Amino acid sequence: MATAAAHAGHDAHDDHKPSFFARWFLSTNHKDIGTLYLVFAFMAGTIGAFLSFGIRMEMEEPGLQYFSNPATYNVFVTGHGLIMVFFMVMPALIGGFGNWFVPLMIGAPDMAFPRMNNISFWLTVSGFACLVCSLFVEGSPGASGAGTGWTVYPPLSSSAGHPGPAVDFAIFSLHLAGAGSILGAINFITTILNMRAPGMTLHKMPLFAWAELVTAFLLLLSLPVLAGAITMLLTDRNFGTTFFDPAGGGDPVLYQHLFWFFGHPEVYVMILPAFGIVSHIIATFSRKPVFGYLAMAYAMVAIGVVGFVVWAHHMYTVGLSLQTQSYFVFATMVIAVPTGVKIFSWIATMWGGSIRFTAAMHWAVGFIFLFTVGGVTGVVLANSAVDKYLHDTYYVVAHFHYVLSLGAVFIIFAGVYYWFPKMTGHIIPEWAGKLHFWLAFVGANILFFPMHFLGLAGMPRRYADYPEAFAGWHKVATLGGHVFALGMVVFVIGIVLAFRSKTRAADNPWGEGATTLEWTLSSPPPFHQFETLPKIVDEPAH
Amino acid sequence: MRKTQAQHWSLRGAAALGALLVPSSIALAAGIGQPEPWQMDRQVAVTAEAHDLHVFENWLHWLAFGISLFVLALIVYVIFKFNEKSNPTPSRTTHNTMIEVAWTIIPVLILVAVAIPSFRTLRTQLSDPKADVLVKVIGHAWYWSYEYPTTEGDKGGFTFDANLDDEKQPKLLATDNDMVVPVGKIVKVQVTSGDVIHSWAMPSFGGKIDAIPGRLNQWWFRADREGTYHGQCSELCGARHAYMPITVRVVSEQAYAEWLTEAKTKFAAIDNGSRLADAR
Repeated sequence: MATAAAHAGHDAHDDHKPSFFARWFLSTNHKDIGTLYLVFAFMAGTIGAFLSFGIRMEMEEPGLQYFSNPATYNVFVTGHGLIMVFFMVMPALIGGFGNWFVPLMIGAPDMAFPRMNNISFWLTVSGFACLVCSLFVEGSPGASGAGTGWTVYPPLSSSAGHPGPAVDFAIFSLHLAGAGSILGAINFITTILNMRAPGMTLHKMPLFAWAELVTAFLLLLSLPVLAGAITMLLTDRNFGTTFFDPAGGGDPVLYQHLFWFFGHPEVYVMILPAFGIVSHIIATFSRKPVFGYLAMAYAMVAIGVVGFVVWAHHMYTVGLSLQTQSYFVFATMVIAVPTGVKIFSWIATMWGGSIRFTAAMHWAVGFIFLFTVGGVTGVVLANSAVDKYLHDTYYVVAHFHYVLSLGAVFIIFAGVYYWFPKMTGHIIPEWAGKLHFWLAFVGANILFFPMHFLGLAGMPRRYADYPEAFAGWHKVATLGGHVFALGMVVFVIGIVLAFRSKTRAADNPWGEGATTLEWTLSSPPPFHQFETLPKIVDEPAH
Repeated sequence: MRKTQAQHWSLRGAAALGALLVPSSIALAAGIGQPEPWQMDRQVAVTAEAHDLHVFENWLHWLAFGISLFVLALIVYVIFKFNEKSNPTPSRTTHNTMIEVAWTIIPVLILVAVAIPSFRTLRTQLSDPKADVLVKVIGHAWYWSYEYPTTEGDKGGFTFDANLDDEKQPKLLATDNDMVVPVGKIVKVQVTSGDVIHSWAMPSFGGKIDAIPGRLNQWWFRADREGTYHGQCSELCGARHAYMPITVRVVSEQAYAEWLTEAKTKFAAIDNGSRLADAR
C-alpha cells in the first residue's frame, strides 16, 4: 500500500501557527479553510433546519397555524432549499471535506492556490449574508423575502411576482456563492491534476479525490450557465430586458432550460463527494480494498457526463414535444446503470469482509439502503408519462429528500464520525454516533416515507395549507421530524463530549483497513504536512 | 370501481417498506375525484389513459419495491455473515468480471422493460385526437378562467372565472363555478397564463399541464364516468398558490347541452374573437 516516508517528526518543528485573526480570517492553509467550511456549513445548516422546522410545524395540521401570510411560508421553503443546497451540503462536502482530505489523500502539501482557496470561502460566506439579507427586505407585495422556490422561476421571480429587492439579493447570493464554487473547482482540478505524490497515477488515486475531481468539473461547467441565467433575470428585473418575458419576445421556459442545465449537474455535485466518502468508509471498516476500483471511478465519470444531458426531466409538464420527452426519459434512465454499479460494488466490498460496525459504518450502510430507495423512485419519476401525475407533488419531495437528506446528509455525518479523530485528535463517543444514527434513520424515514403517499394522493408541493384529507400523513411526517431533531441534539452532545474528553486519537484509529495517506499522519495532522513528498509504491490505492 | 386487487397488493408492498410507521389496520382508501384520509395510492382513474398509467406505475412501484428489498436483503446478509465476529479474516477479492458484467447488463435489461411501456403510454398521452369539446384555460394569480369558444349552432362563446369557494366541501378543493364537460367525449384543454406560471392538474385524469404566459399548452382527456373531480394548482405561483383549486364536473351529454345554454346567459357573452386573441 501507499507508504509515506517517516517525516511526521520532520514536520513538527515547522509547526508554528499564525495568530488567531491571521489564522482564521486570512487563512491559506487547506485544513484551516476546510475547518472554516465545516463550521460554516454547520451554522448555515442550523438556520436551514430551523426553516424546515417552521415548514413542518405549519404542515402538521391543515389551515394556517403559524404563517398568517402564506407568502412567508414560501419564503421559508425557498430559504430552506437554497441554504441546504448552497450553504450546507456543498460547503460541507466540497469546501469542508474536500479541502481537508483531497491534499492529504493525494500526498500534497496544500491546495494549488491557497490564497484563492481563502477567497472561495469568504465569497461563500458573503453569499450567505446576501441570502439572509433577502429574508428581511420586501419580495412579493406585502411580504418580505423571496418566495420563489429555490428554482427562482420567472415570471414569479420577475418584477411582476416579486417587485421588491429580495429576489435581487437572492440572485447576488447565488452569484457570490457560485463564484466561490467556481474558484474552488479550479483549485481542486489544478491540485488533483498537478500535485499528486510521486507514483500516484490517476488510476491509483483514492476514490474521494476522484469524486471531488468529477464534482469540480461539473461545477466549472454548470455554474457559469446558472450565473448567465440569473444575470438575465437580473437585467429583466432592473434594466427592462425581456429574456424571459413573452411581452417582449422572451420565454419563461428558456429560464427553466438554463436553470436545469445547471440544476441537474448540481444534484450530482451534492452526491458524488458522498459517493467518494462512502467508498472509503465501507472499505476501511470491511478491512477490504474497494471492489472494482476502476469501475467505481469511471461510474462517477459516467454519472457526471450523462448528468449534463438529462436536465429537461425536470420540465416534463412545460409542453415539450414527444421526441424531446422520449429522449430525456431514455437519457435519465441511463444514469441508473452506473449508479447501480456503485451500489452493488459497495455491497461487494463488504462481501467477504470482516466488518466492524462503528458509528461511521452505521451511517454508510444506512446510506446505501436509503439512497437505493431514493434512486428507484428516481427511476419512477424519470418516466415522463408517470411524472405528469407526480410532478410537483410530495412524491418528488420524498424522492429528493431520500437522495439528499438521507443520502448526502447521512454521508456528511458519516464523514464527521469517520474523520473527526483525524481532524481534531478528539474522539466522539461511539454510542453518541450510533444513537444519532438510529434517531436520524428512524426519524427521517417517518418524516419522508409518508410523503410518497401524499404525492400519490395528489398533494402538491410548496403548499402552506391543504385539504383535510392530507392531514394524517402530514402529522406522521412532523412526528418524524421531531425524532430527527432529537438526533441532532445527540450529535452536538457527542461533539461536546469529544472535546471535553482527555483521550486522544491515534494516528490511525481505524486499523489496517484505513489505507489512505491521511492515516499516515498524526491526529490532528501537522500544520504543514508532506514537506517531503510521500512515495507511492506499486499497488493500487483505494 | 376500476381499482383491482393487484393495486391494493402493490400498496401492501409499499406499506411494508414503510413498516416502521404503517399500522396494518389502516384502510387503504383511494379517493374518487378527491383525496381521502390516509390514502396511499393514486386517486382513482376516470379516463382510460389514466388507468393505463396506473397499471404502468403499479409495475414500476413493484419493481422499485423489489429492487429496494433485494438491496436490503443483501445488506442484511452481509451484516450477519461478514461482521468481524463471524468472519475474522477478510478476503482480498476486488474483482469478478462475471458479476460486474451481470450487474451492468441486468439493470440495462430491466430499464428496457421499463422503457417500452413508458414510451407507449407517453405516445398516447401526447397524441392529438380530434376534440369534441375545446376549452381554453387561463391561470391567474390566484384563480382559473375557463373560456368556451363559440361552436356550431351558436353554442358556447362565454368565459367565466373559477374562484375558491370557502362555503363548499371539500374544503380548498371546491370552486364557485365549475368547468363542465360531457362524459365520454374527447375534451381538449388549451392552457395558458395571464401572469406567472401555474399548472392545471387533474389527478383523476392522470396528469397536469403547465400554464405558461406566452405559450398555449394542450392536454386532452375523455372521462368515462360522471362526477365531480378536483385538482389543485401545481406550480408555485405566489402567496395564494394553495387557494386556486380546479373543479371539473363531468355530466351527461344532455346535461352538458343544458349547462351550455344556461351558462351562456349566466356569464356575459364575450366578443369571442378578440378575447381569445388577447389571452393568447
